[in-house]
Amino acid sequence: MDAWDDYTEAVMDHYEHPRNVGIVEEADGVGIVGNPACGDVMKLTLRIEDDHITDAKFKTFGCGAAIATSSMVTELVKGKTLDEALTISNKAVAQALGGLPKIKMHCSVLAEDALKAAIDDYRKKTKDKKA
Amino acid sequence: MQSIYMDHHATTPLEAEVLEAMMPYLTTEFGNPSSSTHDYGRRARAAVERAREEVAAMISAERSDEIIFTSGATESDNLALKGLALLRPEHSGHIITLATEHKAILDTAQFLQKQGFELSLAPIDRYGVVDLAELERLIRPDTFLISIQAANSEIGTIQPLAEIGALARAHGILFHTDAVQALGKMEIQVNRDQIDLLSISGHKIYGPKGVGALYVRKGIKLQPLLHGGGHEAGMRSGTLNVAGIVGLGHAALMARRDLASESARLLELRELLRQGIESRIDMVVLNGHPSQRLVNNLNYSFSFVEGESLMLACRGIALSSGSACTSASLQSSYVLRALNVPETLAHCSIRFGLGRSNTREDIGILLDLLETHVKRLREMSPLYDMAKEGIDIESFSWGAHDHHND
Repeated sequence: MDAWDDYTEAVMDHYEHPRNVGIVEEADGVGIVGNPACGDVMKLTLRIEDDHITDAKFKTFGCGAAIATSSMVTELVKGKTLDEALTISNKAVAQALGGLPKIKMHCSVLAEDALKAAIDDYRKKTKDKKA
Repeated sequence: MQSIYMDHHATTPLEAEVLEAMMPYLTTEFGNPSSSTHDYGRRARAAVERAREEVAAMISAERSDEIIFTSGATESDNLALKGLALLRPEHSGHIITLATEHKAILDTAQFLQKQGFELSLAPIDRYGVVDLAELERLIRPDTFLISIQAANSEIGTIQPLAEIGALARAHGILFHTDAVQALGKMEIQVNRDQIDLLSISGHKIYGPKGVGALYVRKGIKLQPLLHGGGHEAGMRSGTLNVAGIVGLGHAALMARRDLASESARLLELRELLRQGIESRIDMVVLNGHPSQRLVNNLNYSFSFVEGESLMLACRGIALSSGSACTSASLQSSYVLRALNVPETLAHCSIRFGLGRSNTREDIGILLDLLETHVKRLREMSPLYDMAKEGIDIESFSWGAHDHHND
């Protein structure tokens, strides 16, 4: 079954030319989610200034849909406040790519989870600093 | 858009000369072989019997009446297992097979288990080869069948057929082999190897889909699955698929005629691909046996690169992967799991299935794509970074991860 026959042009574009691949140096928030045993792992690193996400980079081990949603989520979060970013759901990421094949929708959950984990990590770290 | 086909374990294209042999039986020669009252029927019957002889010759069977035509290897596997089991007194007894068999064997065996038969899976080594000593230890007084494939469709591992046949014969047990992947790539002789039943598929040897055969050694009785007009000596009722059978017959002729030259050519291509992968890409793991494997098969795990994403990069070439993300079940390959290949590596596996159409040029194109995209995808892979930092991915504490169940 070639699921990629059903990939949209946007998915293929983000798979072939992923945006923001890499690691934000001395990142303010880091989220690592997934499990290689399940076939996908995403590491999202964020630069956060004045409650705004000013930079986002990712590294992903996963299928084409996982890579494309990772790329898209880094695009979507840039410039957003943390509370705005937290409203981005996996469905919104998939929608921004023109949709995903039904069997691949679960891959987009990785992007949402990574975003939440990275913001969580930042909030925990800043709370610890204040305390 | 795919232009190079390299998935010959899944299916093969119908060879032009096979279609040519079939054409009359799809057009003017439409007779029913059961119609003995006129020439239409007699000519169709003669064509079917010629095909039967070709199929018998492919596996060096002595008699062509040991070949039963079926709708394909799934039916052949079902007929072998259920056909023997359902004639057992009190519908009981013990079957031995492998965890790496085709689903047509495993699901049929599990169905029989639910009907009261007992089932054992013989241990295999890390290459997928059956452990003969353990196999012998599993034999019980009520064991009536050992079903072990000739070669595996995913990892290409070849089983020691002659040794299994000798063991089965010595214990008075029947030996069935699903030889679908092996035919046309290695010599199989049912008498030399002491095989009692053998499953054949048309479309894996450049014949048509929807036709197969079961070799049944003379004297072995089966309970038919399909009842009706008593075709195929009462073992398989249903008007014969004459064109399909003629196609299978010609494919069998081709497999036998070209065995030596084509298997040598495929082996050369396979070694070219193997050497290319191992010299140009680091951190690759070969799945299956290093030497006891089909001449047309390679299966590699490209560490830290998920299989579907790599196939997507190589989408000009038709391949397949053991990754969960290419299966409807979202499970990685059960064959690789049975070999205890770590899940992480199973997701990174790609199967290369070479065939008649492939050339040295295809191998060159494939190697260039693999080298470029494994590098690109590794640069994107957090696992590759971890490995470079010396973190063991297998023992790393990954969080709970159940989004596949969402």
